[in-house]
Amino acid sequence: MRRVVITGAGTINALGHNVPDTLEAMREGRCGIGELEIRDVDRLSVKIGGQVRGYDEHAHFNRQQIALYDRFTQFALLSASEAISQAGLTFFGELAARSGVVLGTSGGGLSTQDENYRVVYEDGKNRVHPFVVPKLMNNAAASHVSMQWNLKGPSFTVATACASSNHAMGQAFQMIRYGLADVMVTGGSESMLCFGGVKAWEGLRVMSKDACRPFSANRSGMVQGEGAGAFVFEEMGHAKARGAEILAEVIGFAMTSDAADIVMPSKQGAARAIKGAMQDARLPKEKVGYINAHGTGTAANDKTECAAVADAFGPHADSLMLSSTKSMHGHLIGGTGAVELLACIMALREGVIAPTIGYEEHDPECALDVVPNEAREAKVDAVLSNAFAFGGLNAVLALKAA
Amino acid sequence: MTVQEKIVEIIAEQAVLEVGDVSLDQSLDDLGIDSLGLVESIFAIEEEFDIQVPFNANEPENSEFDISSVQAIVTAVEGLVRAQKA
Repeated sequence: MRRVVITGAGTINALGHNVPDTLEAMREGRCGIGELEIRDVDRLSVKIGGQVRGYDEHAHFNRQQIALYDRFTQFALLSASEAISQAGLTFFGELAARSGVVLGTSGGGLSTQDENYRVVYEDGKNRVHPFVVPKLMNNAAASHVSMQWNLKGPSFTVATACASSNHAMGQAFQMIRYGLADVMVTGGSESMLCFGGVKAWEGLRVMSKDACRPFSANRSGMVQGEGAGAFVFEEMGHAKARGAEILAEVIGFAMTSDAADIVMPSKQGAARAIKGAMQDARLPKEKVGYINAHGTGTAANDKTECAAVADAFGPHADSLMLSSTKSMHGHLIGGTGAVELLACIMALREGVIAPTIGYEEHDPECALDVVPNEAREAKVDAVLSNAFAFGGLNAVLALKAA
Repeated sequence: MTVQEKIVEIIAEQAVLEVGDVSLDQSLDDLGIDSLGLVESIFAIEEEFDIQVPFNANEPENSEFDISSVQAIVTAVEGLVRAQKA
């Protein structure tokens, strides 16, 4: 079986516009969540989010590009550029044909939909911009990445709500492992922080109005974020032959379905995915030192996730670290697993475990080491990244140090 | 229709029961209404009475809005309707 390594990483999110800034913020336990600056925010009851700030699309793209690139596509393109530049790859000939892009998203071009519904329903106009469809479609980001970098192999978009990125990266991993491709650009992107996007989430009554405090007894719900994360996954022999710097190795992946409830998570479904990823990686559970939690900050997730980890690891659950970086960058929904994979890579490469910030009160139902409030230095050899989506679709990745 | 009658009607619809089969001392649990059904009931109540119900699904037991029984919900909504008129 072929081995798969990560040779490039890129991101833009509420903590930073690139990987170094994001990792620095995670090390410092900085919070990127703040007051939303969006149109009609006064009509929302949830007014906070992990928004990408200080971002000017005109600094990165020209007018023609902006006419085609929704914000989620822009975030994907910027992240992919950073990742591919780091990997140092150019795609032509046979390599281009053996390289693809699989990205996750949940809402796709939701801001484009929101703006254009407004135009026809609220403003009463009878005409919309001709590019509305190619701008809002869920695969727009993956397609533009493939076009910009000449990636001509298997390319598509995965939409499994909050697990989209992990499912996407799992697909990319398996494609290289089983010989369908040699290089895959993968990750996810999301930009739902528009009036309609936040209003829809408000309806479920699981959103916090003040902060995201995963695993803390006084948690008050989830907070939405936005942004993207992208990685270059590469066949290990290919990477070594060209002397590429290896950030980490992807060693296992598993996905399960709860087949139970459209919003309530299941301990069994989550635990099966966790165990499945370790089994796929042939990783003894004692070797796992860190888990990047799904950790949304809702009572339903946090209690179920801790119970699933306890179930999957037995006594070892008490000696591993589990943190949720959503407390800092918010929940990027379809892009969240990608940004969170950065915390996994930081743990493996730098021996720094990103904290769960906003942690205030012990919850007996979440009695694991959640790395509260401050990053911690610790050497870990293998890590997991959890994602458990609405709809009961679970996806867990296993990584080890290069 | 009184507030109580309207609420019983909304809850009965969620529980897929006849109005006459809902009694005020029952909890939503007794009536077989799960967390999604609860969120939908609250939405229906807000629409019906044009009020904002303070309820967070993360901490139903700590919400200012008492949902321990049908009677508790009726009392809470009557309070919210009064406050809104005042």
